[in-house]
Amino acid sequence: MDFSIIVDSLPIYLDGLWVTLGLVTVSLFLGIFIAIPLAIARNSTMRLCSLPAWAFIYFFRGTPLLIQLFLIYYGMAQFISIEDTLWENAWFCAIVAFVLNTSAYSAEIIRGAINGLPPGEVEAAKAYGMSPMTAYRRIILPNALRRAIPAYSNEVIFMLHGSAVAGIITIMDLTGAARLVNSRYYAPFESFITAGFFYMGLTFIIIWCFKKAENKFLAYLKPLS
Amino acid sequence: MLDLKGYEFSILKGALVTIEVAVLSLLLAMFLGMLGALAKLSPYRWAKGTATVYTTVIRGIPDLVLMMLIFYGGQMLLNSGLYNINEWVNEWFTSQDSNHEWTAYLPDYVDVSPFIAGVLTIGFIFGAYMAETFRGAIMAVDRGELEAAKAYGMSSALTFRRILLPQMIRHALPGFGNNWLVLLKTTALVSVIGLEDMVRIGSLAAGSTKMPFTFYMTVAIIFLFFTSVSTGLLKLVERKYSIHTR
Repeated sequence: MDFSIIVDSLPIYLDGLWVTLGLVTVSLFLGIFIAIPLAIARNSTMRLCSLPAWAFIYFFRGTPLLIQLFLIYYGMAQFISIEDTLWENAWFCAIVAFVLNTSAYSAEIIRGAINGLPPGEVEAAKAYGMSPMTAYRRIILPNALRRAIPAYSNEVIFMLHGSAVAGIITIMDLTGAARLVNSRYYAPFESFITAGFFYMGLTFIIIWCFKKAENKFLAYLKPLS
Repeated sequence: MLDLKGYEFSILKGALVTIEVAVLSLLLAMFLGMLGALAKLSPYRWAKGTATVYTTVIRGIPDLVLMMLIFYGGQMLLNSGLYNINEWVNEWFTSQDSNHEWTAYLPDYVDVSPFIAGVLTIGFIFGAYMAETFRGAIMAVDRGELEAAKAYGMSSALTFRRILLPQMIRHALPGFGNNWLVLLKTTALVSVIGLEDMVRIGSLAAGSTKMPFTFYMTVAIIFLFFTSVSTGLLKLVERKYSIHTR
């Protein structure tokens, strides 16, 4: 191990860290806004609503993220002239692919949480005469989103690890930085292990944050000891 | 209908490579996973420690980064190792006989094939996930049954085969199925280190025909087909193994 390589290229990694963090947070943030309506549509009894949602989730959960990214980044050029549009921008394409991917996974998690709610709570909302809209807003969603936290933490880590494919389409995220350092010094151990440490640190921070969040939001579900 | 410009056959061949990589790495992952799970549950501190480090480190790092580390790093390590052995052997001969000429007793340079690197890496990565799945499944088996087996005088190998394995399969299946689906999709990444799998052939075809969407969509649909077949089969197997609980 030649630590001088790591020290010399630390600025590249720090830039990469910000890019990775940016990609992941933006994708997760936007993904949630698609995931919630998607989960509700998937649960709907109207086939016109549930079928497209099902197909969307099925496609994005059944194919590799890398292929989805390639479809968007390279595939768009087959239909439209992408010159001087956002589709030419690797960053934009990566965000689109990640948002679609994470929304499919999150929708399935939220749907599971909604279906796992105690039926009594939903029935009580109905008995109070709440419209479906109000019931969702006041009873179902606040409850289901809380219960989805443990499963969602896995999705966040999955997204963090999945975002590594951005390094393939020229984005200088942590993986891109490691590839650059490796090609510059031909030092695979130093370059990839450093990136691995950054990812591992991020993973542990995410796990810690979710533990805190679970303690806060799911306190009422904890067994009395 | 889909026009693949004569690339149909090579894409199917690539699909076969994808399946081969996936199945071989699944076997490796199951082996490592079982080993890891048993180590984690064993009373030995060092075994527990090693297994914990293995599962924690692997699950904290993206598979793509690990794959590049093992592919590029492994190649470097292997070749510098070979070089050192060659040097050492030659030095020894020279010390015996000063007229000795330098010869490469072991191959001087080995290109690690992306196929083997891919299988090893994916197997190694998913071994960690399998270890967690198997550990949970083993813990779900009633302790009393294992103690009863011991009381019957069964050896630990026999207990494993007759009591533990048949029961843990049922508990392990859902997690196992999930791991397999993720593994299958991870194989797409092996194209990045140069394996001629479905994804890479799709990329090459996309480049030469200027129809990237068509080819990546084809690859995506083949992946969808694989995952759908897998989910169907897993459901059948799950039903078979949970017959006595219904």
